[in-house]
Amino acid sequence: MATNPSPSLSVTISQADFDIAELQGSLQQGNAAEGAIATFTGYVRSDQSSGEVSAMELEHYPGMTEKSIQAILLQASERWPILSVKVVHRVGRLFPGDQIVWVGVSSGHRAAAFSACEFIMDYLKAEAPLWKKEHSEVGEIWVEAKASDSGRARRWD
Amino acid sequence: MLQVVFFARVKEELGCGRLELQWSEGSATVGALKEQLCQRENGAWRNVLSEDNLICAINHAVVDDAMAIADNDEVAFFPPVTGG
Repeated sequence: MATNPSPSLSVTISQADFDIAELQGSLQQGNAAEGAIATFTGYVRSDQSSGEVSAMELEHYPGMTEKSIQAILLQASERWPILSVKVVHRVGRLFPGDQIVWVGVSSGHRAAAFSACEFIMDYLKAEAPLWKKEHSEVGEIWVEAKASDSGRARRWD
Repeated sequence: MLQVVFFARVKEELGCGRLELQWSEGSATVGALKEQLCQRENGAWRNVLSEDNLICAINHAVVDDAMAIADNDEVAFFPPVTGG
């Protein structure tokens, strides 16, 4: 499949909340080929394995986390004709209902945008150095990695 | 000097986020560095660094125990990732 010679790939790791409409708008670059934007937003669930979660803490590895997600975006742009892609991942203390992660992909047509968006989330969950700790009435628990998450990433091999 | 950094549960269980070590033959590979760190007085080190699923990265790239470490590298140890 043809790839765009210079898609825009952007990664932001931040404690601050984000505005979905603003992010989606920033993906539109006025390119005549733009025909589809697919987005994904992840939220903090209160219903977790450790019970009712009151807060979630997200830690990252400054430098490596950004590079690792950037490498995933590059892979996606080599597989699908992406025009522009952006990932925002929050770190720090978050609460149920808070936005954690946003992925937006712009492309000429929906199929590439949908597929690339899902590919990026699957790889991000399996590879990007980010760790969640749940706070609940039973105390603080580091979330264990799920085999199903690495399985979802391997589907794309 | 080597910078050795730890994250998440690994950092908490070791009670250590960052170490500076002089590079030596005893830290010339990831496996050798782990063995050197396991000698530390606090027994947590051997338990944590022996975990099968422990991930190691050198200068932000994931590597295995056989990988060589050079002076001034940044070596990181962390548990399987759980972001997204």
